[in-house]
Amino acid sequence: MEWLEYDFMKNAFLAVLLITPLFGLLSTMVVSNRMAFFSDSLGHGAFTGLAIGAVVGIISPMQSLILFSVVFALLITWIKNKSSASTDTIIGVFSSTGIALGLMMMSYGGGFNKFSNYLIGDVLSITTQELGSLLLVLVLVFVLWGLMFNKLLVLSINQSFARSRGIDVMLTEGIFAAMVAVVVAISIQWVGLLIINSLLVLPAAAARNVSNSVKQYHAVSIGSAMISGISGLMLAYHFNMAAGATIVVISAVIFFITLLLKPRFVR
Amino acid sequence: MLKRLFRHTKGEGNDCSKLCCTKIENFTVKVGKLTIFEDVNLHVHCGQLTAVIGPNGAGKSTLLRAILGEISHTGTLKYADAKGKRTGKPIIGYVPQYLKFDVSAPITVLDLFSACRSRRPIWLLPSNIRKEVEESLKRVKAADLIDRRLGALSGGELQRVLLALALNPMPDILLLDEPVSGVDQNGLEIFYNILEDLQNNEDMAIILISHDLNMVARHADQVVLMNKGVVCSGTPEEVFHDSRTRKIFGMLTDGGGNHGGTGFVWVEHKKKKHQQGCGCPDCAEAEGDEE
Repeated sequence: MEWLEYDFMKNAFLAVLLITPLFGLLSTMVVSNRMAFFSDSLGHGAFTGLAIGAVVGIISPMQSLILFSVVFALLITWIKNKSSASTDTIIGVFSSTGIALGLMMMSYGGGFNKFSNYLIGDVLSITTQELGSLLLVLVLVFVLWGLMFNKLLVLSINQSFARSRGIDVMLTEGIFAAMVAVVVAISIQWVGLLIINSLLVLPAAAARNVSNSVKQYHAVSIGSAMISGISGLMLAYHFNMAAGATIVVISAVIFFITLLLKPRFVR
Repeated sequence: MLKRLFRHTKGEGNDCSKLCCTKIENFTVKVGKLTIFEDVNLHVHCGQLTAVIGPNGAGKSTLLRAILGEISHTGTLKYADAKGKRTGKPIIGYVPQYLKFDVSAPITVLDLFSACRSRRPIWLLPSNIRKEVEESLKRVKAADLIDRRLGALSGGELQRVLLALALNPMPDILLLDEPVSGVDQNGLEIFYNILEDLQNNEDMAIILISHDLNMVARHADQVVLMNKGVVCSGTPEEVFHDSRTRKIFGMLTDGGGNHGGTGFVWVEHKKKKHQQGCGCPDCAEAEGDEE
């Protein structure tokens, strides 16, 4: 394990160990709730979040990004529940507004280049301090998941059924949307805006192919996220490629393998 | 038998003082400028099956969803149990007409029950209510389905599982929105037997939406005809003989075609009443009619 002798590799390895279970976990309900498009729009909204931070200057781009993403996510959830327009349309409107507004502000004064590292992301750049905050987020998400998962599951089956079981649909959806928004916002600088959504879709999409119960679904989703994370990082190191992209490609390979195995597993 | 005799029947005054009952008063639902229905007043007693009939778009499903509190409405829902101890918000069970869900979802029947009934996170820990779920499923003759994936259930099986779920916790009022549309004869029989058992043994008030007038005539204690409001209500005989019912359902209850279908059932129903000694004035006339 000579590659772990470098500090930046050790940190990157720890980061992957923290980020991938997080994405594996959230992924299950992103897929079950058909929120792939929603999580994609969070990435687009991030443009505006970062740009606001850069323009306003009082808060760092990171703080601005987290704050804006949460507001963006809650706003989509709220309008989706209040309006009779289709979810696709509403998310589409927000997504395109988010990206356009962001690009407009970023290009103001010609300072677009300083944002480009957010597009690809660099897991090797993570610091020990950032690892600490990542651990905190991981613990928080797992605790919240323990408290609210059952409601979220019923909601994922059918919204009006959930309402008839006394579940506050908007509150539950809002908390989940905010959770995804925070995780996306903080990991964007390491994973990269362009591929972050695949990490929220692929693990659970693969798990769905081979599981029959909620427990299997979670185990396979978290497992495949971690396996592709660790092996992706190692491959990226050896062949000198972008780590985020390598991880996503391996996730995709796992997805196609499970797709072939589906008839053997799903009853 | 004894239970049936003591059962509260329709039309014994409007007070809720001694018997367990539910009153739906002045329910009106408007969506934008469109009135779905207005001024619906219903009085439902425990142990009674109230059938809501009416044409498509009459507001039947909306009424159930308003009772559930799922859509905003005006009017009040009053509930009082037999001892007058517990008033206010009743426990309501609901079986939807058709549960639309992703059939590829990796969720078992046990997962569904545990998620609805327990706070223990089901993705992490083993279910602590397996025994309880087995009991509930046994009631609807579906105990062997506990580990089946939801998407692998047949239509009738799914409706029975949903009924079991609606009965857990045991509700005061059970709302059924065309629960057996598209279910085969065998499943239908099982479903209605379960309902009868609930009426008799749990003293539950059941409100059922149905287009199957045969089944309504045979099983309902009270029938409500809806069309943007209550058109008429009463015993099955009263409602089916009402001219407004004939008008709305047209050929269904009009003319000779009727005698092959619902006519047969009415006699059977009345015989049941006869044995109870109800002395309803319609009886002699109706039996004469048939012979």
